[in-house]
Amino acid sequence: MNIVRLGLRRGGLEIKEFLRQRESVVFTLAFPVILLFIFGSVFKNTIAPGVTFSQYFVAGMVASGLVNTGFQQLAISIPMSRDLGTLKRLRGTPLSPISYFIGKAIVVTAAMLFQVALLLGFGALLFGLHLPKSATLWLRFTWLILLGSACSTVLGIAFSSIPKSGRGASATVSPIVIILQFISGVFFVFSDLPKWMQDIAAVFPLKWLTQGMRSVFLPDSFALKEAGHSWEIGKIALILIAWLILGTYFSIRTFKWAKE
Amino acid sequence: MTSQHAAISVTGLRKTYAGKDAVAGLDLEVHRGEIFAILGPNGAGKTTTVEILEGYRTRDAGDVLVLGEDPSHPSSGDRTWRNRIGIVLQSAADAPDLTVKETVHHFAHYYAKAKNPDEVIGLVGLSDKASAKVATLSGGQRRRLDVALGIIGSPEILFLDEPTTGFDPEARRAFWGLIRTLRDEGTTILLTTHYLDEAEALADRVAVINKGQVLEVATPETLGGRATAPALVTWSEGGKLCSESTQTPTEFLKALSARIGGEIPDLAITRPSLEDIYLGMIGQL
Repeated sequence: MNIVRLGLRRGGLEIKEFLRQRESVVFTLAFPVILLFIFGSVFKNTIAPGVTFSQYFVAGMVASGLVNTGFQQLAISIPMSRDLGTLKRLRGTPLSPISYFIGKAIVVTAAMLFQVALLLGFGALLFGLHLPKSATLWLRFTWLILLGSACSTVLGIAFSSIPKSGRGASATVSPIVIILQFISGVFFVFSDLPKWMQDIAAVFPLKWLTQGMRSVFLPDSFALKEAGHSWEIGKIALILIAWLILGTYFSIRTFKWAKE
Repeated sequence: MTSQHAAISVTGLRKTYAGKDAVAGLDLEVHRGEIFAILGPNGAGKTTTVEILEGYRTRDAGDVLVLGEDPSHPSSGDRTWRNRIGIVLQSAADAPDLTVKETVHHFAHYYAKAKNPDEVIGLVGLSDKASAKVATLSGGQRRRLDVALGIIGSPEILFLDEPTTGFDPEARRAFWGLIRTLRDEGTTILLTTHYLDEAEALADRVAVINKGQVLEVATPETLGGRATAPALVTWSEGGKLCSESTQTPTEFLKALSARIGGEIPDLAITRPSLEDIYLGMIGQL
């Protein structure tokens, strides 16, 4: 289909643009590694038998990487493109918004794959990170990344209609992401958080992404320490799919190429 | 009454912002294959009108047909209709990290009947800059890239909003040549401009818009009774600059010549410029 074909083309073009923006490449790809370095150097404790904080933290970093590269990046950059007139020009062509969305999903997924490779590489080299051992876990890791990227992309596009300007976008989006990271078990062990905070976090996808990532990086014995005393893989998939559908619906319904 | 054969036909167009009429019952008809210029001061409703024609904005009342379709919901589908139009926006700063060639080639994929991208780059005079990143282009070069992206899809109508802002005189002449070539190939061109010399050089017909309405539509030569306006004869006599406004400059000159004898110092005969006529029409003179 033409819409998909153009979406793939846009994805290729956006990856090319992304790679040429040195600052954003370094920031997007290296930031999680730097955080891992800081946290891994400060917290050398183990949080459960055989589970270092670094190991726990990597799961959280991969999950919040999905939120940063997709949701946060798009919710800020799309209003900026809208201010610059980039989107208005696209609106004047026969390009379908769906192709534009597909292109965004592709660049987000590609950036995510780079980021994960870098994070896991550094983690394994410097902090003795244990990589998943079974094919099942790698498979789960893959669908979590793909579903997470797609979910994060559509939610970023949907959210991009809310800020009135590119300048306001960063101020609106960044606090939301940081708060979500704190309450979703990225920087703290989730089960240590107060119950009410856990309940709030459980509404949003980041909590489920971090939990899914923990199921990949932590030993199965750790599942008992989870809020639901199991990894809840089926529930994770359902909740992410629900957010994906919701995000897609709002992306299509509310997407604005230009300010009227 | 709207004609199916017109490239653009607008009747009773109205658009209100916060209780104020930006466009107040505007009528317009652009023929296929002509260069049509819209002139008007800032805030006259030019941009609003053009953006309604381009399908960027909705209207509050009136009928609009562009290539026989309503831009707000074309019956053939938005994508199909957009395949037939080209838009050069006033300002578009995008994709600074891509090269000219990459940008034009990419946009070519959007259209069903795209022109050859390399030929289009040549047509707008950017062949030397084909491998340059968009960020490194000068203002005028960037504008030419905008034009390349506007014409890449072989549009039946091309919308040009202030196309030569920031051009040096040479680039402007070259650009006018390009627009005439497109017209000669059958493209209808709707141009908004602040440069009256540009409208005069390019347009087959011009419309003057003020306060959301069309004041007059005419050829640049006949706008505002320009063709029949009195000529202004100026000369020096006895160390003083004299002038006479007359319908019969030849007769006047004969008499003047007989009175002074020999060369008349500082003699000039001028008709009102398009700018004089225009400023008179919008009440600025």
